Amino acid sequence: MLGILGKRVARGGIYASTIRSQSFLFASKNYSSTAKEMTVRDALNSALDEEMSADPKVFVMGEEVGEYQGAYKISKGLLEKYGPDRVVDTPITEAGFTGIGVGAAYHGLKPVIEFMTFNFSMQAIDHIINSAAKSNYMSAGQISVPIVFRGPNGAAAGVGAQHSHCYAAWYSSCPGLKVLAPYSSEDARGLLKAAIRDPDPVVFLENELLYGESFPVSAEVLDSSFCLPIGKAKIEREGKDVTITAFSKMVGFSLQAAEILAKEGISAEVINLRSIRPLDRSTINASVRKTNRLVTVEEGFPQHGVGAEICASVVEDSFEYLDAPVERITGSDVPTPYAANLERMAFPQIEDIVRAAKRACHRSVPMAAVA
Amino acid sequence: MASAFYTINTIQPGHRTANKTFNNPNSPFLGSSRKLRLVPFSNTIQSAASVRRQSTIVAVSSSDVVKKKKTNSSFSHSDLLITREEGLELFEDMVLGRGFEDMCAQMYYRGKMFGFVHLYNGQEAVSTGFIKLLTKEDSVVSTYRDHVHALSKGVPARQVMSELFGKTTGCCRGQGGSMHMFSKEFNVLGGFAFIGEGIPVATGAAFTSKYRREVLKEADSDHVTLAFFGDGTCNNGQFFECLNMAALWKLPIVFVVENNLWAIGMSHLRATSDPEIWKKGPAFGMPGVHVDGMDVLKVREVAKEAIGRARRGEGPTLIECETYRFRGHSLADPDELRDPVEKSHYATRDPITALKKYMFEHNLAKEDEFKAIEKKIEEMMEDAVEFADASPLPPRPQLLENVFADPKGFGIGPDGRYRCEDPKFTQGTAHV
Repeated sequence: MLGILGKRVARGGIYASTIRSQSFLFASKNYSSTAKEMTVRDALNSALDEEMSADPKVFVMGEEVGEYQGAYKISKGLLEKYGPDRVVDTPITEAGFTGIGVGAAYHGLKPVIEFMTFNFSMQAIDHIINSAAKSNYMSAGQISVPIVFRGPNGAAAGVGAQHSHCYAAWYSSCPGLKVLAPYSSEDARGLLKAAIRDPDPVVFLENELLYGESFPVSAEVLDSSFCLPIGKAKIEREGKDVTITAFSKMVGFSLQAAEILAKEGISAEVINLRSIRPLDRSTINASVRKTNRLVTVEEGFPQHGVGAEICASVVEDSFEYLDAPVERITGSDVPTPYAANLERMAFPQIEDIVRAAKRACHRSVPMAAVA
Repeated sequence: MASAFYTINTIQPGHRTANKTFNNPNSPFLGSSRKLRLVPFSNTIQSAASVRRQSTIVAVSSSDVVKKKKTNSSFSHSDLLITREEGLELFEDMVLGRGFEDMCAQMYYRGKMFGFVHLYNGQEAVSTGFIKLLTKEDSVVSTYRDHVHALSKGVPARQVMSELFGKTTGCCRGQGGSMHMFSKEFNVLGGFAFIGEGIPVATGAAFTSKYRREVLKEADSDHVTLAFFGDGTCNNGQFFECLNMAALWKLPIVFVVENNLWAIGMSHLRATSDPEIWKKGPAFGMPGVHVDGMDVLKVREVAKEAIGRARRGEGPTLIECETYRFRGHSLADPDELRDPVEKSHYATRDPITALKKYMFEHNLAKEDEFKAIEKKIEEMMEDAVEFADASPLPPRPQLLENVFADPKGFGIGPDGRYRCEDPKFTQGTAHV
């Protein structure tokens, strides 16, 4: 860690690897003065609002979603608009109310079940997997479950081991579930709307630290019928030398890493996965066939993680195209520590992504005139 | 009709005076107002028993009921609990359940059925007593011991048998199996292998009924949900979570505990701090009812009341039916822990013979009518087995079907377009 910083100083630029730097970099982008900005929180709120308005079968259920306006204020204003029958505050009974949501979905309602964080979904995971994901199969198509499970996933800041677990790998290993992980406001809006309209169970993994982040949104995104397709990744930044795949908060880190790499002559292609299950293998493979190098980034634990699946998929489909071993950047293989500096070490930071990309490119000095 | 509940072992929330109706022999209601001593079957039970345990008991047998009836003045048909037609219907349903389960056992030992098979012999009175009062729109949620619930609800025996054989003509195309009987047509919502899993799902189905009425304004939505589960489940957290929420939101659900005293090899008394499950209802604000589950007529009376309550919007009820399973937990269970004396005691209280006896004594039907029904069921079982045998196994492509309701799992609908681009959603009136 210190060694890299030393090298950085020698090269004359230090980028502080704290969250604060993200907003600094965003401010340095140019956008037209008429583009609207929207936080992820507002994006989710507006998506819920519009879907509830358009279809009376959609209802929200969870802890503190009503009178408290949502534990993270995602469901703010919905209780006043739609009443307590459609914005249901529950007792602290994850297994119970998740099961109730599944039972309601069996009969054609469209519940949006909020978990205060996905860590609490472990108390309800029997219902997510056994009565929601598997029902369409077990009943041979008679009973579909149009339910959405949403909530913040992964690490926040200083919340300790039991509140920082990333569940992307857990849920995406189960057939019958769709798992989505938005990054920007556009992703949040589009994917949540698609999830609510989808006739299958969807696990919607948000990120607490992204809720307050603002992203530019076009007029198309603000339209009430805007949705994004499930199962398609987005290429956030085109590049030629190395493919970096990421989802959720790590997309932001990867974009910043790509900026750093660009200054050193490595052109990185950043793919925002958006959908972990079904995984957009064709986009990932097409990108790897173009760049010949792959770095996967995720916040979760390394063993059996999302990156492991992507690496296996790429090795199976595009082996001849790989010029270097695939690199996985994941969270450390430890329960998340509390101390701020330890926590920073336990999750991927921008310089980790940069280092891995460089390892994949077998270079640690920039090549001239490659960009 | 609220009075009916008062005459049996219920404690209404806030009323602590249930005891005075306890031993009332003149109560018109035939719920368990009398006690029957459990045959003590193990020293460990007695040594570990607290005073309370002695009071965990099953209710009156139907022969006692009949005797009681006879001591009253001569009765006319209006004193009877059932009409002739209803009686024959109940008889046929119970014989169907019994015949089907016996056929399952035969088929299992011949290798036609495999995996886990849990049989319902002896508990038919509960299924018949409750489910025959439901309409087609009402829902039933059960556990892995669900064959007879599905049959009582109306799923054809042929379909259930083929499902058990794993054939593609089964009610779930062979994809569910013994423990996962689903039928959208007859509103059988499963079939769950995890105990306690069905209870929240049933509560959700009841939630839908209320939601449809109040939010979607479908005024005729009054369908009731029955959740069947066992004594072991009553120690599980999800059970209590749902009792709380169902009572809190006054959902149209009836929680039916099929207390057969055994959870595989774990005796209910060894596993539960307070074995009287019906008492757990009032703790959550709903009536708790205790009824003899070996007597279909008593079960039916209690069920009528509870289903009526739910349909009127008065909220849930917890009904504990003391019953017994004549076979082991599953066909793989050697059933060594249960005392043969206990088993033979309950065998004398077979619900089918009890109903037959009642109907004879009240001249509701003759022997040859019963024989005709039994024969009909036998033939139906033969036919079901033949049908299942002759049905094809699921074809190879069926393996990957039905994982998602949307055919490719990419949010793409049958018309090939992205399902989320539904044009009718452009009429949203929301303002951010």
